[in-house]
Amino acid sequence: MITYALYFGFACIAIAQLLAMVRLIIGPDVGDRILALDTMSINTVALIVLLGLAGGSQIYFEAALIIAMLGFVSTVAYARFVLRGDIIE
Amino acid sequence: MTYSLGDIAISLALVIGGAFVLVGSIGLIKLRNPMSRLHAPTKAGTLGVGSILIASVIYSFAYGEGSLHELLIMIFLFVTAPVSAHFIAKVHIHRDQTEQKLPKPPADTDWATKHTHARDNGQVGGQIGDQIGTDADTLS
Repeated sequence: MITYALYFGFACIAIAQLLAMVRLIIGPDVGDRILALDTMSINTVALIVLLGLAGGSQIYFEAALIIAMLGFVSTVAYARFVLRGDIIE
Repeated sequence: MTYSLGDIAISLALVIGGAFVLVGSIGLIKLRNPMSRLHAPTKAGTLGVGSILIASVIYSFAYGEGSLHELLIMIFLFVTAPVSAHFIAKVHIHRDQTEQKLPKPPADTDWATKHTHARDNGQVGGQIGDQIGTDADTLS
């Protein structure tokens, strides 16, 4: 049963990643693109955790944590660059 | 074929998490307003990822020694999601509020000086008001 639930989760997150990528491409404004990138990084965290579940190993945890941190930092940096024209003033 | 309680809990958390992540991204595609698009993935995404991490925690307790590492990611995401959403909302406001969309300043008919001028000459107050109005129009 866990296997089918894992397949379902993989399919859902893959479709969600594709939809976020579509929004990243067609996004009418910069804010939508930043939002799509943020969503993609969060989806990537979920995907890596699912991969760790499927593989039954704890190695993927650090990768998920690092991607979560880098996603937040990149979102804030991008938003600040759009807002202020500079990241660290 | 029977399933243990842990299997059912893991599967339920996985299905709920996947459904939430999918709904968040569908909202990111389907909604029309930029602020509505901001609403969809920030909440559904964190809830979906949180559910999947809970599934991972239950899996580690059911099939291993058990670990609470995943709660670190969950706490981090729950703390940083409002911050990033706030920044993205600020970007939306910054890009969307153009000069033409701002509301016009109200007409200046209630000035305290108008009545004193109006007592001397009925036309002066109106002229001052018109002048201020045109100044505000050229400034905006």
